[in-house]
Amino acid sequence: MGNSDLMIEARGLTKRYGETLALDGIDLAVAAGSVLGVLGPNGAGKTTGVRILTTLTPPDGGGARVAGHDVVREAAAVRRNIGATGQDVTLDEALTGRQNLVMVGELSRLGRVAAKRRASELLGTFELADAADRPVKGYSGGMRRRLDLAMSLVMRPPVLFLDEPTTGLDPTARQGMWSLIRGLVADGATLWLTTQYLDEADALADRIAVIDHGHVIAEGTPAELKAATGSQLLEVTLSAADPKGAAIVEEFGVGQVLITDDGRRLRAAVPSEPGLAIAVLRAFDVAGVGVDDIAIHKPSLDEVFATLTGADAAASEPVAVKEGALA
Amino acid sequence: MSVSAAYPVDLAPRGFDRLRAWLTDVWVMTRRNLIHVRREPMQLTDVTVQPVLFTLMFVYVFGSAMVLPGGGAYKDFVIAGLLCLNLIMSAPGTAVGLASDVSTGVIDRLHTLPMSPTSILVGRSLSDLLAAVICSAIVALTGLAIGWHATTSLLQVLAGFGVVLLFSYAFHWMAACLGLAVSGPESAEGIAFIAMIPLAFVSNVLVPAQGMPAWLRTIAIWNPVSAVASACRELFGNPNPSALLHAWPMQHPVAASLIWSLAILAVCVPLAGHLYRRKTRR
Repeated sequence: MGNSDLMIEARGLTKRYGETLALDGIDLAVAAGSVLGVLGPNGAGKTTGVRILTTLTPPDGGGARVAGHDVVREAAAVRRNIGATGQDVTLDEALTGRQNLVMVGELSRLGRVAAKRRASELLGTFELADAADRPVKGYSGGMRRRLDLAMSLVMRPPVLFLDEPTTGLDPTARQGMWSLIRGLVADGATLWLTTQYLDEADALADRIAVIDHGHVIAEGTPAELKAATGSQLLEVTLSAADPKGAAIVEEFGVGQVLITDDGRRLRAAVPSEPGLAIAVLRAFDVAGVGVDDIAIHKPSLDEVFATLTGADAAASEPVAVKEGALA
Repeated sequence: MSVSAAYPVDLAPRGFDRLRAWLTDVWVMTRRNLIHVRREPMQLTDVTVQPVLFTLMFVYVFGSAMVLPGGGAYKDFVIAGLLCLNLIMSAPGTAVGLASDVSTGVIDRLHTLPMSPTSILVGRSLSDLLAAVICSAIVALTGLAIGWHATTSLLQVLAGFGVVLLFSYAFHWMAACLGLAVSGPESAEGIAFIAMIPLAFVSNVLVPAQGMPAWLRTIAIWNPVSAVASACRELFGNPNPSALLHAWPMQHPVAASLIWSLAILAVCVPLAGHLYRRKTRR
């Protein structure tokens, strides 16, 4: 501990609720100005982690520092440096959007005048100016999330915790949220972002930690995680069916070659190595077998996730990342 | 878009600033509760419509059959009691308010701010005190409209209101403990009512204690609510049959009321703080 470049450091965090071990020794660190995506299914311990790091809950074991302050012994100092958006929206339903923001500003020691000014600023930025003076009770899901995020930003905190910020949002509202989050990162904020959505972690995070049953089961950049789960899928479409084609694919592949489309489409798992597509293409060229298309599919994060957590991969439809499609 | 800063800050308030910061927090929380009341004015019926109803009902229904030991008119006797009764009956509101605050996500938001968590409880107690002041005024005005009057000086009358409001403030802290001890707003409401009713009725609030069976009379005499009602009657110069009873709290009702109020505060304020932490820091 004590590395000044790290804005968030968790070491051996454990938390038990009765019989359930919500966190079982979590070690994670986030460098200043970067985004850690914490990915996991419901009940994996994501929210418990956020609660500890935002000083809402004391850990049973281990420790954590946020913005250089201990979350237990220096909770007040941590609170001056963080913004947090909970999974359950943390708004006061009876208050208007503006009143919510001013309340947070005043309770953060901004003073009433500055709190009001900051509220107007944020209402504009988050496209809530029109609804500013209506009670939150009547807000849509997207508006609530935006206001909730705005409330985390009143004090321009250097560290932000976003607990499933887009859960339950429609695709448009989700895209809007993403662009707001990208804006925060561009401004230099350090983010701890929990999500159930793999594409969200893939799109927003610099590093991803996959947690399940209170353990970190994998950590790395999105690319590293995809590579770590091993094989890619080679898919070759022949100009015309040719038995030589299957033999070539078998040389590069590991295991069986799957032949479909009357012998024109060949598929096999291949190891992850550079220059593979060119090598395959050259082999076909040398053998004189006509090829319409070669594609190497990287595993999607969904597949990575399924592999890591042992969940049923078929349940989620993978979105293939096409790399090096050749004519 | 400049919405965040890149480096940590550490500006902890110290000394006098710390007190000022706490007072600001309390005021912000009180104001927030008042906005809630303004949005749902029906919440206030227990301190607006109910006092009028109770006053009219008790004076004209019960009063028609009541003969006071030592003489005097029932309407002059009962107003002090109705002040107590109405303030006690509004206490479940505090329990429900706090129980719903701690069961929503708002409380998590507040706890991630550099505010003082005690201001959430104190703010609640102050907004409820304000409601209690309104409630007392309504009881007094209804009383005046039907012919109740105090026979003492203005200062003594104000002292009477002071005694009953202090007790009400303490009592609402007791309700706060209850609201924080139970699982949610619904159970808070149910349990608070069950706890309040015997306290309000096994007392000299609505009837003189003289007519009760001996064992019940003993309970009534030592019920803090009886002391407060007697204190008010004494300070208002209204009929106070309990003065004929030979028991310390009935002979010194003002002192007894103050002691009860301070004792309840001394126990319930720290207890509420403890229950609050237990409830929220999971």
